[in-house]
Amino acid sequence: MSKPTFHGYRRENGRVGVRNHVIILPLDDLSNAACEAVANNIKGTMAIPHPYGRLQFGADLDLHFRTLIGTGANPNVAAVVVIGIEPKWTGIIVDGIKKTGKPVEGFSIEQHGDIATIAAASRKAKEFVQWASELTREPCDVSELWVSVKCGESDTTSGLASNPTVGNFIDKMNEWGATTCFGETSELTGAEAVCQTRGATPEAGAKFMKTWQAYMDEVIEPFKTSDLSDSQPTKGNIEGGLSTIEEKAFGNLQKIGKKTSYIDVLEPAEEPAKGPGLYFMDTSSAAAECVTLQAAAGFVVHLFPTGQGNIIGNPIEPVIKLTANPRTVRTMGEHVDFDCSGILRREMNLDQAGDGLIDMAIRTCNGRLTAAEALGHREFVLTKLYRSA
Amino acid sequence: MSAPDFLVHESADTVGVIVVEGVQAGQTLTGWVMDTDATIQIEALDPIPLGHKIALGDIANGDTIIKYENDIGKAVADIGKGHHVHVHNIKTKRW
Repeated sequence: MSKPTFHGYRRENGRVGVRNHVIILPLDDLSNAACEAVANNIKGTMAIPHPYGRLQFGADLDLHFRTLIGTGANPNVAAVVVIGIEPKWTGIIVDGIKKTGKPVEGFSIEQHGDIATIAAASRKAKEFVQWASELTREPCDVSELWVSVKCGESDTTSGLASNPTVGNFIDKMNEWGATTCFGETSELTGAEAVCQTRGATPEAGAKFMKTWQAYMDEVIEPFKTSDLSDSQPTKGNIEGGLSTIEEKAFGNLQKIGKKTSYIDVLEPAEEPAKGPGLYFMDTSSAAAECVTLQAAAGFVVHLFPTGQGNIIGNPIEPVIKLTANPRTVRTMGEHVDFDCSGILRREMNLDQAGDGLIDMAIRTCNGRLTAAEALGHREFVLTKLYRSA
Repeated sequence: MSAPDFLVHESADTVGVIVVEGVQAGQTLTGWVMDTDATIQIEALDPIPLGHKIALGDIANGDTIIKYENDIGKAVADIGKGHHVHVHNIKTKRW
């Protein structure tokens, strides 16, 4: 397959987006109502409600800020209205997003109340959405594309076909100079030693092992039950035929292809800084948490292979769903963007499936709505490191 | 060959994956070994759902289960060739 191009939105900082959202972003849980009111007033804008942002501290607060700033900064977002209960933390989010050069304005509720805040924020949101509606797409090279991957409700067909299809995509995109990302720290358990060898340098491999070990020591050891099989594999995984975390992990790792090595290991929601290539990000294996962190790091399109039929979407990053499970295609077809079940019937090989997925990704980047977008899936789930004060 | 009933990732694997619905005990299954492109046949001795594993040979209690050419856990019961392999007779070596 020859190197494709796509039509994207070039932002003020040079990054390229594939969507043109104007978002109404709450700093905290208290501001969700005002954000939803603004999005209801001004058509074409989107509120992104979430449950946190109060009394967080330390690394957990840093991650909260990084995730919200990264969400606003993502090139799929044209402009941002931020609403918070008080001005100081609201200002931190506004200033962080402002570094991209895109339009952003903050509003705080204390001493104004919801109604006056909603009125002022609605005027600004209207200005932003009308401005954004005149932005146009331009031809872009795939080397400007940032693609994240994560699988969910996996079964054995994921390891046989849909994950290797993503791997084929990653191998091709890597040669074309794209920036890509996988995560799911817990779900690589059982294949961690093999994953370490996929680091481009000994340092990258060691950094991965350190990240994986820290998860084991800090999360699994203190909180484990007698057998984590209650959640790894999940009940859906087990229904689909996966028996152990090791089996799930080797299937999971098929997503990074056969040739591609990761060049660095990222903190949750950390933006890649070492140029084009594959990155590993320390994330939960829960779908919405992982994709939310990847979107906040700047990834603009997501590939999501599923076996039993995870239905996740994200508010700002289109999530392309693929499956090789013929039963899932039959019973949940409205959630499937790309059907690669033909691999299991020997009707197509991995190279053909990878090309088909590239074609679907390019169409999506050009504006085709994913199944998750059309169905209204906007799961935005913040990762919390520990209890608030 | 026509569409296979089960797939095997690597020739070293001790289990294969059923890729069709409705496999019944006594049914002769055709399998595709993906790395060598070989075709093999096995008689299923249990009903095995789509996506679930079948033993490619006799597996003894305590044996390591090999898939993707790698260790994916251990048998916790004797499993005869052609039987269903899942959480009732294999288990992770972690946790």
